[in-house]
Amino acid sequence: MLNKTRLVARYTAGERMNHWFVAMTFILLALSGLALFHPFFFFLTNLFGGGPWTRILHPFIGVVMFVSFLSLVVKFWSNNFITRADLEWQKHLGEILANTATDLPEVGKYNIGQKYLFWALVVIIPTLVLTGFVIWRPYFAAFFPIPVIRVAVLVHSVAAFIAISAIIVHIYAAIWTSGSIRAMTRGTVSAAWAKHHHAAWYKKVTEENKL
Amino acid sequence: MALQTLDIQRRSATTTPSPDVRQNLQTIEVAKLIDVSKCIGCKACQSACMEWNDVRDEIGVNVGVYDNPPDLTADSWTVMRFSEVEVEKDKLEWLIRKDGCMHCADPGCLKACPSPGAIIQYSNGIVDFQEEHCIGCGYCIAGCPFNVPRISKKDNKAYKCTLCSDRVGVGMEPACVKSCPTGALVFGSKEDMIGHATGRIVDLKERGYANAGLYDPQGVGGTHVMYVLQHADQPELYHGLPKNPSISVMVSLWKGVTKPLMSLGLGFVALAGFFHFIKVGPSKEDESEHESEPH
Repeated sequence: MLNKTRLVARYTAGERMNHWFVAMTFILLALSGLALFHPFFFFLTNLFGGGPWTRILHPFIGVVMFVSFLSLVVKFWSNNFITRADLEWQKHLGEILANTATDLPEVGKYNIGQKYLFWALVVIIPTLVLTGFVIWRPYFAAFFPIPVIRVAVLVHSVAAFIAISAIIVHIYAAIWTSGSIRAMTRGTVSAAWAKHHHAAWYKKVTEENKL
Repeated sequence: MALQTLDIQRRSATTTPSPDVRQNLQTIEVAKLIDVSKCIGCKACQSACMEWNDVRDEIGVNVGVYDNPPDLTADSWTVMRFSEVEVEKDKLEWLIRKDGCMHCADPGCLKACPSPGAIIQYSNGIVDFQEEHCIGCGYCIAGCPFNVPRISKKDNKAYKCTLCSDRVGVGMEPACVKSCPTGALVFGSKEDMIGHATGRIVDLKERGYANAGLYDPQGVGGTHVMYVLQHADQPELYHGLPKNPSISVMVSLWKGVTKPLMSLGLGFVALAGFFHFIKVGPSKEDESEHESEPH
C-alpha cells in the first residue's frame, strides 16, 4: 500500500490492559457460573479442576473482577452519559442493524448501545457481588438467614443471565462493526472508522490535536 | 451409599431418566414413624446414630436447655428438640421431637443440587447424599424446607440423616429405631406406618388429645419420616416444625423456570448474533471516508 491509513488513538495501554483483565475474569466467571447453573453446563467444571474447585474459585475470581471492573468504570464513566443525540440515534436502530442507515446523528465516543451496556454492568456487577457474598460458602453464607439466601441465589442467576447476554451482544457488536477490535488490541482506529461510527468524538479528538 | 443402582429413582442435576427396568416390581416405600407422645427424650437414638454411622461431634457446652448438641451439625444427624409449652393454660407439656431429615417425596435439596448424582432418591423413598460428588456449594441448604443439611467445617461436604440406607438396603431397620426403648420409633412400609399411626391417634384422642394426628406434609409430596403429634393442628409447637412445608417459590423459580429458560436464552442470543452477521454482513465505513495520509 502506498498510503498508510490515518489512525486515531482510542484507548491507552492502561485502558486496554484493564479491559482485557476484566474480560478474562468475566469469561472465567461465566464458565464456572454456568457450570453450577444447569447440568447441561456441568462439564465446564472440568476446566477448573472439578466441582469443588469450581465452587472454591468462582467467588474469588468474582472479587478480582469487581475490583478491576471498578477501575474500568472510573476510566469510562464520563463518556457514558446519554445525550439527546443518542436518543435520536436510537430511533434509527432498525436501519443501523440492517446496515442501511444514512445521515445518522453524530455520536460521541460511545453510541447509546455501548452506554446501555456500561450502565447495565454498573448495576449488575455490584448486584452479583452483593448476592454472591450472601451465597458464598463456607465463608459468608452462614451469616444470612436461609430465606435471604434463596432470594440471593435467584437474583444472582438472573443478574448473571443479563450480564452474560449483554456481553455476548458486546462481543458480537465488536465483531460486526469491522475495525472495532483493534481499538482494544492496538489502541487505535482508522480515521474513517471514527468518522463513520463516532463523528462527534472524531471531531473532538482531531480539534484537540490541532490545539 | 448407592448399594443398588437399579433402585435409584431420581438423582440431582440429571435431566434424563434413571434406570427404570424395575419399575413394574415397585419397591415398597418405607417410612420411619416418630411417635412424639411416646418419646421420653433419652437420646438413645442419637447415640445409636453416632455409633452406626461412626460420626462424633465435638463435645459442646450446656446452653441451658436439654437439646444436646443444640443444633443439627455435619456430625449430628439427629437431635432431640425439647419444647416446653402450655397449650392449655397452666398445663405444662414437654414436647420432645426427634429432628432430622424428613426424606421428602419431593426433596428440595435434590432439586437445588447442581452436582449430578450428589443427591439421590431411592425407589423406597430414602433421600441420600453421595458426599464424594458433593461440591460444598450449600444449595441443598437453600432447597430444604426443614433446615436439615449441614456442611462440614472439616471437608466442606454436606451431611444429613441417611435413614440408615445401608441398613435398610439389607433388610434392617435404622439404628435409631433399633435403639428406641419405648417404641416411639417404628420403621416399616409407609402404608403400615400410616396404619400404626392411625391406631395411635385413636388412642391419643381417647386420652384427651382431640387434635392428635399424623404429620406427613403433602406440600413436599409426603415424607418418609412421619410424626404422630398430640397437637397436629399446631406443629409449630414442636420446635418450629413447619405447618405447610413446601419447596420455596424462590427455589422453584430458580431451578424450575429460570434454569432451562435462561440457558436457552443465552444460546438464542449467540445464535441471533451469528445469523445477523450472515444476513447483513459487517457494519463498515464507506470507502470514500478513508483518507490517506500525505506522503
